[in-house]
Amino acid sequence: MDNPIVKKGFVFTKESLRKKFRWSEFLSEKIITGVAFLSITIIVLIFFFVFKESLPIFSAKKKEAAKVEHVQKQEQYGGAEDNVQTNASGQEQYGVTTKDTSMIENQVQGEDTVVYGSDQATFKSLTGKQWLPVSDNPRYGLIPLIVGTLKITLIAMLFAAPIAILAAMFSASFAPYWMREIIKPAIELLAGFPSVVIGFFALMVMATFFQNIFGYDGRLNAFVGGVAMALAAIPIIFTITEDALTAVPRTYTEASLALGATRWQTALFVTLPAATPGIFAAILLGIGRVFGETMIALMATGNAAMISANPFESVRTLAATIGAEMAEVVFGDTHYNVLFLIGSLLFIFNFSLNALAEFYVKGKLVKRFQGKQS
Amino acid sequence: MIWKKTITGGLFIGATAFSAILIIAVIIILLVVIIIGGKETFSWEFLTSFPTDGMMKGGIFPAIYGTVLLVLIMSVAAVPFGTITAIYLTEYAHEKSILAQTIRFAVRTLATVPSIIFGLFGLGFFIKFVGSGMDDAFLGGQLKWGQPNILWASLTMALLTLPVVIVSVEEAIRTVPRELREASLALGATKWETIKRIVIPGSRSGIMTGTILAVSRGAGEVAPILFTGAAYYLATLPTSLSDQFMNLGYHIYIMATQSANVDQTMPIQFATTMVLLLLTFTLNLTAVIIRARLRRKTK
Repeated sequence: MDNPIVKKGFVFTKESLRKKFRWSEFLSEKIITGVAFLSITIIVLIFFFVFKESLPIFSAKKKEAAKVEHVQKQEQYGGAEDNVQTNASGQEQYGVTTKDTSMIENQVQGEDTVVYGSDQATFKSLTGKQWLPVSDNPRYGLIPLIVGTLKITLIAMLFAAPIAILAAMFSASFAPYWMREIIKPAIELLAGFPSVVIGFFALMVMATFFQNIFGYDGRLNAFVGGVAMALAAIPIIFTITEDALTAVPRTYTEASLALGATRWQTALFVTLPAATPGIFAAILLGIGRVFGETMIALMATGNAAMISANPFESVRTLAATIGAEMAEVVFGDTHYNVLFLIGSLLFIFNFSLNALAEFYVKGKLVKRFQGKQS
Repeated sequence: MIWKKTITGGLFIGATAFSAILIIAVIIILLVVIIIGGKETFSWEFLTSFPTDGMMKGGIFPAIYGTVLLVLIMSVAAVPFGTITAIYLTEYAHEKSILAQTIRFAVRTLATVPSIIFGLFGLGFFIKFVGSGMDDAFLGGQLKWGQPNILWASLTMALLTLPVVIVSVEEAIRTVPRELREASLALGATKWETIKRIVIPGSRSGIMTGTILAVSRGAGEVAPILFTGAAYYLATLPTSLSDQFMNLGYHIYIMATQSANVDQTMPIQFATTMVLLLLTFTLNLTAVIIRARLRRKTK
């Protein structure tokens, strides 16, 4: 026997009690820690690579800006010279006679970058009102896409937020035990429905159904897409709201009931306000879900990039644009880079929403329930 | 006054109940409509035959095969890494340490990143960076890995489902009683031995739920594979990791939006959607049941 403890007359010493170094322990701990870093690494890599592929836009923009600046300088110089040559009254003449090289160059440049966009996406063309990436003179205006995304998010949240929050209140405060046992798994199952299935349902069934009710022209529009997206957002909002409501200390409810309030008064005026940070977070995460939803947007919104306030008009969202166009672009093309830029925008927006929800809730809710803040 | 209060209260409770019932009703309608639309076309033959006549007729076997292959490769990548991360978070990391909190935040962020971003990442990282890099290094620039294929699609999907695995395994590990761990350590087992012999076997059901949920998620997501490997139509099944593949969700999307004759293929679309829906539904239901049992046990 090698084990020193079993030996007769063995005396425990500091040395013998010291934790033995074992390679297996050492390695397992290091490997597990290393693997745990993976999620952080992935987030960093996602940010890096998605942003990296959109970078050429910015470098191209700088080049273009430099060129334009250079030409403008030349033009001013030429103009000044002109002013010297002609008189102050020769302004009109200037327009006619000095169609020299610099002016023409500038005009051509200007048309290329701003009006036609040619192969470069400048800041000006990115904030344009037209998204026509595959026409002869491609235009990469993101405004209609952003407006479309916001519109559909608004419609989806108008449906999802009240329904999900009310249902969560029902489940947390009023429902008998057996009903709660049905509602919660049912919503968990809804969360598991693939978005392509919801999109298909919206495309085939809901679109026709709503068209019969409202009698608009285009079958697919922001309204249909928004309602379908509400289906995707409801499980998230419901689950987080329900958690927030049940996390409100029992003492709150008991105190309210003891003071003579009814159950609905307690639920509405005590539990709900106490859980507001959680509900706020739920809505933020719901918005994030709708914002990044691709398949439903692709299938149910009609995908026409236009700016209008009418909910029954077709829209094109940011995510759907990536999904629809990425498969057909030429790698390294401006269009390709712009799509990655849209991806970066989505990622940054989603990341901020998540961070806001996380820190806001953690800060507020914990403080509130510890009684540090009313 | 009391009258008024009772009425308001009744209305309010009614509204909450209505919302809950509305959600359940929509779920049931969705299921019923899709099953009614698909059950005529649905048959054993539909599941096991190839599409014919330019995808106007025939079955969806290659799409099912591709989906199964996708989730298999995905699970092989996601489950071990997810489990190990969960073990780190519960067994090694201090609850309040900055590192553990950062990892938790990263996991939650990963869970909320839009799925299309994973697609972009798969394209930019796996295909353009790793794939093209491999081609340049080993094949002298010959194009093999630097294009969409099932490996890159599966790995992209694995990243998407990683948080699902981590969260369920972590939950399961927490249900392993502390006394068991302490007993193991007191008997002289080391930390790693305790994890290997006590913690992992004790949370087996959690690892299974995590895997099931991840598989269900991976089978249903389409956005990440739109441009990392899914193909519209393939005459043969994928035989190597560098092949493209067909996928149920992608099949639905293509058939419903870009098919030559949407009305004619409508029954196929409904049947395909039904297959995908029932597949994910069954998987999720299993996970819900296992989880409910697990929770009851710990109570």
